[in-house]
Amino acid sequence: MDWQAFFLTFKLATMTTAILLAVCIPLAAWLVLGRARWLAVIEAAATLPLVLPPTVLGFFLLVLLGPRTVVGRGIAAVIGHPLAFSFDGLVVGSVIYSLPFALQPLVAGFSAIPTSLLDAARLLGASPARIVRTILVPLAKPSLIVAVVLSFLHTVGEFGVVLMLGGDIPGATRTLSILLYNQVENFDYAAAMRTAGLLIAFSLVALVLIYSRARAGLTPKGERSRA
Amino acid sequence: MPEPPVSEPGLEFEIDAHRGAFHLQVAGKFTAAWTVIFGPSGAGKSTLLHLLAGLGEGKLVRVKLEGRALNDSSRGFAVRPGKRQTGLVAQEPALFPHLPVADNVGYGLDAMERAQRVRRVEEMLALVGATELAGRRIQDLSGGQAQRVALARALAPAPALLLLDEPFSALDGPTSDALLERLQAWTPANRMQAVMATHDATDALALGAEVLLLEAGRKIAQGPATEVLAAERARLRNRLDGCKGRVL
Repeated sequence: MDWQAFFLTFKLATMTTAILLAVCIPLAAWLVLGRARWLAVIEAAATLPLVLPPTVLGFFLLVLLGPRTVVGRGIAAVIGHPLAFSFDGLVVGSVIYSLPFALQPLVAGFSAIPTSLLDAARLLGASPARIVRTILVPLAKPSLIVAVVLSFLHTVGEFGVVLMLGGDIPGATRTLSILLYNQVENFDYAAAMRTAGLLIAFSLVALVLIYSRARAGLTPKGERSRA
Repeated sequence: MPEPPVSEPGLEFEIDAHRGAFHLQVAGKFTAAWTVIFGPSGAGKSTLLHLLAGLGEGKLVRVKLEGRALNDSSRGFAVRPGKRQTGLVAQEPALFPHLPVADNVGYGLDAMERAQRVRRVEEMLALVGATELAGRRIQDLSGGQAQRVALARALAPAPALLLLDEPFSALDGPTSDALLERLQAWTPANRMQAVMATHDATDALALGAEVLLLEAGRKIAQGPATEVLAAERARLRNRLDGCKGRVL
């Protein structure tokens, strides 16, 4: 078993999820609370990774973050190495690739909170940041959990973006899904079975944990309990 | 240096707003400590209160409180809801369901230090007769209790203008009257002006307030409760008599 690939995948998914939460909570709040028409453009752009083939996304990122563009050269100058074919590059790619999976549940959860509560908070002098912290996030906790699980597991399962942007460097960009691809290419089906089994088991266990927690929170009346 | 603006007492407004097919077009000046907006449901009372609170927009929204402009849509000017010293108790109490009663009442006291905030919350709960509810969960409150807590929450930051939208609909008559009486005694010392929307004439009469009669988005009359309501009663009686003639 290639535990290096396992821990690399785990590290990538954890970092991606943490960054996505930090980005998507304020972004979702802005989309829900803001009234400007052009916010629809932002929401559409943020949903784009959902409909693009991962290879297309990976290809664009490879070009953008590579040494031939101003962006790529700028980043390389700041962090000391090009982002393409590095772990940091994979984090950037994963964040963009999984963005809709964190954003959409949060937007749905925040929009379900009655406007009257937001109006009450506003009238009592709460700033937008305080409304997010004290009203939106606590009341949309189930959506927050869904956002975490989906972005984590979606990152664990990504393949096209990693292959395009990261290549296959052991310890830096060889994730479980790339490992599996290599094993199948080498006709090592026994190893491929173990890797695939590990991916399935890991995702299943994570989902069962989340859903059992979510179900425990349901009272007979179907009300949400407060954890 | 320019002269500081002379402080004009009271609330002045000029509003022209559409909500679907409904058109609210009303202007007025409230100088009494208590003003009642009286009218049937659908007259535009809630819409008017929301616009006065700075929640929502209209074709023309001009609001001035104590000589200070809060809205002037012609200049694209609007003071945002939390900065208007305006409290609102909406028809539906809109308490924060994840916070206990005391935290709901203290929500608007963020800038206050802890000990002072605790004292203020106790004081407000005592004022609305809900001291024993401090530790309760919102889910465990009755409709009337929730309305008392919502009132305490709106009063806590000591607003200059308190807007009440049918605030005691879940309380029985005598309880509602007692609460109004207590509130009315409290307002002058706290320099608060109150505007209450209701479709219950007894509220208006009990307060002895100034009354604005609103119907289908238009101001029909404004004046002391006894006068405006007497005229309204005469009008309704005439209409009823007319009906009677037809039925018999």
